Amino acid sequence: MSLWSRIANALRPDRLSRDIDEEFQSHIEEAMAQGREAAEARRAFGNTLRQREESRDARLIRWLDSLRADTVFGWRQLMKKKVSTTAAVLSLALAMGACASAFRIIDALLLRPLPISDPDRLYAISFENTGMDGINGEYDSCSYPMFLRSREAVKQQADLIAVSYADRTDLTYGSDRDMERAHTQYVSGTMFPLFGLSPAAGRLFTQSDDITPGAHPYAVLSYDYWWHRFGRDAAIVGKSFRLGENLFQIVGVAPASFSGTETGTVTDIFLPIAMKNPRTIASPDNFWLRSFVKLRPGALPEAVYDRLRVTWRAVQAERAAGFVNMSKANREHFFAEKILLQPAAGGRSNLQRDYKHALGTLAILVALVLLIACTNLANLMTARAAARAREMALRVSIGAGRWRLMQLVLMESAWLAALSSALGAVFAWRSAPVIVSMISPADDPIRLTLAADWRTLAFGLALAIAVTFLFGLIPALRASAVRPASALKGGEEPHSRGRLMHILIGAQVAFCFLVLFVAGLFEGTFERLSNQPTGFSAEGVLDLETTTSPAQPAAYWNEVAERLRSIPGVEKVAIAAWPLMSGEASVDKISVDGAPAGDIMSDFLYVSAGFAGALKIPILEGREFLSSDFNPSVAIVNHAFAKQFFGGANPTGKWFERSGPAGKRIRIQVVGLIPDARSRDNFRRAIRPTAWVPFQSVDAQNVSQPKARGAFVVRTAVGDPLSLARVLREAVSRTRPGFHVANIRTQAEINRSNTLRERLLAILALFFAGVALLLAGVGLYGVLDYSVLQRRREIGIRIAIGAKSGDIARDVTTKILLSLGLGALAGIGLGLAGARYVQSLLYEVKASDPHMLAAPALGIAAVALLALLRPVIRAVKTDPASMLRFD
Amino acid sequence: MPKRDSLQGSLDLLVLKTLLRRPRLHGYAIMSAISEHSGEVLRAEEGSLYPALHRMEEAGWIRAEWIKKDTGRRARVYELTAAGRKQLLAEESRWQAVTGAVNRVLRTV
Repeated sequence: MSLWSRIANALRPDRLSRDIDEEFQSHIEEAMAQGREAAEARRAFGNTLRQREESRDARLIRWLDSLRADTVFGWRQLMKKKVSTTAAVLSLALAMGACASAFRIIDALLLRPLPISDPDRLYAISFENTGMDGINGEYDSCSYPMFLRSREAVKQQADLIAVSYADRTDLTYGSDRDMERAHTQYVSGTMFPLFGLSPAAGRLFTQSDDITPGAHPYAVLSYDYWWHRFGRDAAIVGKSFRLGENLFQIVGVAPASFSGTETGTVTDIFLPIAMKNPRTIASPDNFWLRSFVKLRPGALPEAVYDRLRVTWRAVQAERAAGFVNMSKANREHFFAEKILLQPAAGGRSNLQRDYKHALGTLAILVALVLLIACTNLANLMTARAAARAREMALRVSIGAGRWRLMQLVLMESAWLAALSSALGAVFAWRSAPVIVSMISPADDPIRLTLAADWRTLAFGLALAIAVTFLFGLIPALRASAVRPASALKGGEEPHSRGRLMHILIGAQVAFCFLVLFVAGLFEGTFERLSNQPTGFSAEGVLDLETTTSPAQPAAYWNEVAERLRSIPGVEKVAIAAWPLMSGEASVDKISVDGAPAGDIMSDFLYVSAGFAGALKIPILEGREFLSSDFNPSVAIVNHAFAKQFFGGANPTGKWFERSGPAGKRIRIQVVGLIPDARSRDNFRRAIRPTAWVPFQSVDAQNVSQPKARGAFVVRTAVGDPLSLARVLREAVSRTRPGFHVANIRTQAEINRSNTLRERLLAILALFFAGVALLLAGVGLYGVLDYSVLQRRREIGIRIAIGAKSGDIARDVTTKILLSLGLGALAGIGLGLAGARYVQSLLYEVKASDPHMLAAPALGIAAVALLALLRPVIRAVKTDPASMLRFD
Repeated sequence: MPKRDSLQGSLDLLVLKTLLRRPRLHGYAIMSAISEHSGEVLRAEEGSLYPALHRMEEAGWIRAEWIKKDTGRRARVYELTAAGRKQLLAEESRWQAVTGAVNRVLRTV
């Protein structure tokens, strides 16, 4: 016999009992066979029941046995009330699933360490500054010279790793006709060795791949890309591809676990940083890479930070010395910038920066919904336990311990939690990818590893246990504290139990109010942002982002545009350097009338003739560009520009200057005025002064400059512009060899992609607000229904002695309305306090706006009315005669 | 014969000793053997033998097996294990030590 047999016996106690009984029986029979009287033998045997209990206790694990018994009993209790059990399980499953789903995404994006050696020693450099418009900004880009200086400064304590942003680039494994896109990332040669990674095939970069600019045309593929693009072709090493001017040779494949340091993006191809454009590498003003810091063992981050800060201040001072005509305010602002050194075990990406706060907020909302669901269940379990007060009292009277009673009630809660966990897991499994796709731009989906690993499982288990105790503990404590004497008399003080329920209802209403309030703020923000006027018409507009290899003269670009105009369904075609609101911008300082350039920058857009028409932007004064206009010569400016630089006067015919090559200033004449139209991607910032200049340009010798990239802006007259995508794509590459459409998006989609986060917050917050409201309604109904049921005798007596309906209604609802009111007040307090935390996610909505507080209050009031109506009617319609006969 | 538990503290020892001499006995036979060899002096409530047997079985001192008797009925028979033999030696020497000590006290006082 062993532990196992005792566990087995605990799980099948009936068999054990039979076994023992049979042995006892064989003893008696043996006695009778020896000629003894049956009655005498039984007497001599003693108390069979006691002997059996003792034997059982010897042969099984007692606590396991009682646990099993309570598990079975708990299940039976649940099955007795199938409807309320199902409702409870569904609501809890929804809340738990949402929690698990939120955890999966937050874990995948922010918490899970990169699969590298010692991720906790990995840090990243970033910079923080308050922008001129008061919006706090954090960015993490460095120039390469700055990186080299920093690397030199801390080389005793840490290694620095430069990693460029993962860019979608066009490259080809064959001819120019077979261009394709891949996420490429330039990395320091030391990255792979410092991360302790070993290749899945071939070799990885080393320090020697990163020495002479332009001299290391090698590439390492990510495992994911190797798999999906090449089917894990073993002969991949040695193949080559062309990217821009360079031919790269593939030297190896990174290990399967590692997909780059930019969480949310899977890097396809790693390139040595020395292969970046030499001008970019040398430029102190081109900020294009992230700096990771891998501390040596034993090095202190503070010491490394101090050295980095000193170096960075020196670099800053040098840069500032090069600035001319910088205003005092601007200079102060420049030096107010701070350098930060933050742990980066989970990698570093803009996705993390943009969604950290939003996901944190959603997690809090989800946790509140879970609390609301738990409150409901706590009340349900309390009511059920109260209904069983006599049974509990009986158990105590015949010797059940307090702990055993608690276990009995907790097991029932554990069942609910277990069932809900299982259902919630399915929900989390299905919903997390949906949420990720909601925030993914359609043409470049976010890639997060949503693995069901031990982290997710551990979280799920911890959640289930926490939830069990959260809603099960109070009812269990109450049940175990039953006093047999009073309970068996039928007079357990019902008011104290009612008090607990009302406190829980108050808390529930407060949480519900908070969720509704925050949802209202997010909805308002999304509404305002997405209804912001853009100043142009995106409807029916397609943007064909096009690259050429090599760069093509403007005449060829115009030829392609002309060809596109002849396609049926196409109304207008223009060319721009990049689509509006796609996130790209070019800025420059402006001066007027020979005055020194001020601090205010202007945006520059490079557009062809017909651009205003294609986007239905009206020309207010002057004229559109002509096909004979070349940059630099003329410009069309917007209202903000006219206001900023010409005092609001009609600017057509006037001149301004911008910087040209070699420090020269270029004179440009304004030929047209347009209203403010949005070209930047951030809806939260005001539209900036913007000047359009012609797409086609000439250099100082008046020689036309070829262009390697641009976007055809196509206004279509068909219902679904994307239905023309294939025809347009083919037309572009067929008209002129060397032209290749890299990406086709509708302008509407580009606009939408700038409010993806707000959309996600609004949709999910509204969804959770609905769930919270529903749960709160169910909770209110349940508690009032229960208290009416408890008091039906008292109500019956009151009616019998002449109480009016109004009095009864008032009487039964007083307490619940009080807790509702107090809960709502607490909710307002919580909301106003919590609004500060979400302020940076909001736009043009104020937490203190009475509107924002009124909506959730009305919502809760309406739901409360609906929920309370039935129990009140039931109370009022109580038939005194039948009630008084009842017990 | 007064019906009281005269086996207090020594039941384990007696069961183990009995099973050492005569392996594979069922409960009734163990009880009969103890009673018989003690000249009917040592008796217990018959049923209390079983929790003791089951406890010793759990402890691994004895092992049990169901057999079919000639009469066709099933019986559970017990025999000593190696651990049981060791336990018997320990119990026996403990018993000797205790009774020796008690006897010394009885002689000298």
